[in-house]
Amino acid sequence: MEKAKRIAHPYMPNSVETIKQEMLNEIGVDSIEEIIAYIPEDQRFRGKMNLPEPLLSEIELKDHMEEILEKNTSCKDNLNFLGAGCYRHYVPAICDEINSRSEFLTAYCGETYTDHGKCQAIFEFTSLMGELVDMDVVGLATYDGGQATCTALRMAYRITGRTELLVPRTMNPEILSQLKNFVDFMTITFINYVPITGQLDLNDLRSKISDKTAGVYIENPSYLGFIEEHGEEIGKIAHENGAIFVVSADPSSLGILESPVNYGADITCGDIQCLGMHMGYGSGLSGYIASKDDPKYIMNFPNHFYSLYENDKGEFGYARSLNERTSYGSREKGIEYLGTNTGLWAITAAVYLSLMGPEGMYDLGKNIIYKSKYAVKVLSEIKGINVLFNNSSNFKEFILNFDETGKTVEEINNELLRLGIFGGKDLSKDFKELGNGALYCVTELTKKKDIDKLAGALKDIVG
Amino acid sequence: MNKDIKLRNFHEAKWDEPIIFELSTKGQRGILIPELEKEMKEQIGEINNLIPEKMMRKIKPALPEISQPQVLRHFLRLSQETLGQDINIDIGLGTCTMKYSPKINEQFVRYHKFSELHPLQDEKTVQGILEIIYKTENMLKEISGMDAFSFQPGGGAQAVFSNASILKAYHSDRGEGEQRDEIITTFLSHPVNAAAPRTKGFKVITLMPNEKTGYADLEALKAAVSERTAGMFITNPEDTGIYNPLVKEMIKIVHDAGGLCIADQADANGLFGMTRAKEAGYDMCHFNLHKAFASPHGSMGPCCGAEGVRNFLTKYLPVPVVKFDGNRYSLDYDKPDSIGKIREFYGVISVVLRSYAWIMSIGADYLKEVSEISVLNNNYMMKKFLTEVKGISAPWAEGLYRMEQIRYSWAKLKNDTGVTTDDIDRRCGDYGVQGYFQSHHPWIIQEPFTPEPNETFSKMEINEYVNIFKKISEEAYENPELVKTAPHNAPISLIKKEIISNPKDLIVTWRVYKRKKGIDQAE
Repeated sequence: MEKAKRIAHPYMPNSVETIKQEMLNEIGVDSIEEIIAYIPEDQRFRGKMNLPEPLLSEIELKDHMEEILEKNTSCKDNLNFLGAGCYRHYVPAICDEINSRSEFLTAYCGETYTDHGKCQAIFEFTSLMGELVDMDVVGLATYDGGQATCTALRMAYRITGRTELLVPRTMNPEILSQLKNFVDFMTITFINYVPITGQLDLNDLRSKISDKTAGVYIENPSYLGFIEEHGEEIGKIAHENGAIFVVSADPSSLGILESPVNYGADITCGDIQCLGMHMGYGSGLSGYIASKDDPKYIMNFPNHFYSLYENDKGEFGYARSLNERTSYGSREKGIEYLGTNTGLWAITAAVYLSLMGPEGMYDLGKNIIYKSKYAVKVLSEIKGINVLFNNSSNFKEFILNFDETGKTVEEINNELLRLGIFGGKDLSKDFKELGNGALYCVTELTKKKDIDKLAGALKDIVG
Repeated sequence: MNKDIKLRNFHEAKWDEPIIFELSTKGQRGILIPELEKEMKEQIGEINNLIPEKMMRKIKPALPEISQPQVLRHFLRLSQETLGQDINIDIGLGTCTMKYSPKINEQFVRYHKFSELHPLQDEKTVQGILEIIYKTENMLKEISGMDAFSFQPGGGAQAVFSNASILKAYHSDRGEGEQRDEIITTFLSHPVNAAAPRTKGFKVITLMPNEKTGYADLEALKAAVSERTAGMFITNPEDTGIYNPLVKEMIKIVHDAGGLCIADQADANGLFGMTRAKEAGYDMCHFNLHKAFASPHGSMGPCCGAEGVRNFLTKYLPVPVVKFDGNRYSLDYDKPDSIGKIREFYGVISVVLRSYAWIMSIGADYLKEVSEISVLNNNYMMKKFLTEVKGISAPWAEGLYRMEQIRYSWAKLKNDTGVTTDDIDRRCGDYGVQGYFQSHHPWIIQEPFTPEPNETFSKMEINEYVNIFKKISEEAYENPELVKTAPHNAPISLIKKEIISNPKDLIVTWRVYKRKKGIDQAE
């Protein structure tokens, strides 16, 4: 390293040689090497890391980054019909404004006093979600909706002491993969669906449930887009057998669709990416878990709770509470493990729900229901294309089956891509029994003319 | 005024801001959804016919109704009542590496060619982001000496869990999955090194530190290993900032017993270019990209725990992995031995993108300098604390230098004055710096204080930081009530109540507060 020519790095104020020297003098050593001499030589790395030469000026860095990012083409440049766990909803400008604020963006684990505003925003997130799902206890945001499902189902194990889970065969395959790893000591059994409707087969559920069942799980709307209509019966069957009923619900549906607790859910969970987060190649995902106000549920949440306190001046403050429950408080004796999750997305979701209000959430749900119905109607009229589970109602997503077209989903998606359209997610690997199918998604950002354009394109491709 | 001894006349914003529900006025709207196209609506008919009756929501959610300017103002006020890293000398949150997160990197993650990418887009359309993932992996391989990385874990703790999952898969494949059911950790390793393997089903053996050296004795480890040992999960340096020079011998003892060794490198900021996981002999490690790699902490996430493994373990990494054939980047799901998914899709790639940009702006020489200056800053600050501030001490490894952070004790000050570390923690906010990290529980160093003056803080700021505690120490000796009743310049005053211990007292939603207070739900 040629020290004489060295430029002080803009991110490192003390990289100025004279400052370093002053600090070394204060410590009473000649070099930094002298300080770290206690690292044994056989653990020292004496080579040079083979990293690219630094782009020290912001201009060069920006040029470099933009050159790479320009190789991407986004859902803004194209017409997107992909969903399957990550959704392109509208992100209100104020959501971006708030989560760009330095104070929130660069805060971390400061607590009651110095980060009072952050703590209040988090309390408001849990409070607003509590209203949306109509439940009293909401935990801090989890890594993603998948982790929310994993923890909710492990709560069912902890509460019942039983080790069998019943899940729908239509379950989100990514979340199923997470779950298999997270509860590898439990048995996961699929409940079949009714072939025409996709609805959970209640007879199959009755035949598989037993006094060993810890939890019965459904997704509503289901991963495959239809609305599950038998929540109440499913919950009843679960409860008759002493099992916990866990429902993963899409928050964007809850302005118009019934909240799971009102058809018997004991724990509600899901992903909040739809509440004001950009997709960011999957970066926007974040989960929620809600339960009844019951100690046996509360004490099985793994995350921090920021409980409200009031002082003698009538001021509210928020503090991490019931900490011994967590692994921060009790290491391996705590509930699961605890780490940093997705706080900024929780704050953003609070902003989103505050903007939307009850009427906005209703309008959002209604808009998506209409779009889904319209898309199903228009696309099912195309010869060769079948909409599966057509007897059920859809929210946001639906399956197009291309078996009669003689083309694979991959071929069709390639042709759509040439027209600037991102076709639906190929289901032919994860759901072989559904044939050559793809999961299509519409949101409030999808216009009628977009659906008509898709229909026209598909007509040409399969015609 | 000598700028080196300046203390600020600070007061944090105090807005006395109501809870968002209290701002609600019936009929106000914050943002609108477009009206449905008339033609479409006519074709489809009434909403009641589109949803099964029992699935229609009967009562709309009791969300507040607020106009847009008032929503903005509310959350801006809350943001002002938050001390982000950008606006304070955030040295106090040790182990968190509160370093400057370059603002330019925010422009990249907010550009639509990243923010509007759907994770299931055709690979042809996402070559840029796949290139960044692939190249970041290569750079982390170089920095750690490991052979492959996954960015799927959504934080450091999830990375430890993922590594524990790989550990289990490895022993199961060798027919020793049931036999090797114990892991070893040290008491001062981060709690997750015990908790995540436990969540994966391992029993946990914890080694206590030798009070003289600050790290566990080899004899204790030798007594702990057996044919049941699956592996060892440790943090080095631990939060005390003491580098454990025995780590290579510890790793050999565990390897000889048939176990694997996993490094928690959440606190890597003092290690770059000096020592690597490979040279120490580890089999797996993880970095927190939101810490040492300069992605912002985001009010506790989103973040990324990048997990690295040696060649013989790469087949177990979560799917998919990014591949490059010299021409085209692709996602490879064809890994039959993989532990599967840890997080949905590919992880928090916005954090990877920022970290890539940061490493590109730093390069190898400056990366080493990051660690050199972190170590320099910490030892400079230690010298000042121990010589200028009354009542503080640095237990264990007396007279030795520390790496990038340190755990001090205010035990003497408490003994002399009755003022506790909790009191000092609250009081320092009055001078404009974030409250500090004390210690994970249970405490083994009494009245702990764990600061970390990383490379992005200037000498002048470190001086100011030390001066704040010098002042608080003087206050404690002269007027302890002032410190005990802090904060005085914060958004709220002291909440004197004990932290609740009964779940029946928990209030995490406004609806529960109202119920407990008997406030009419319909209000």
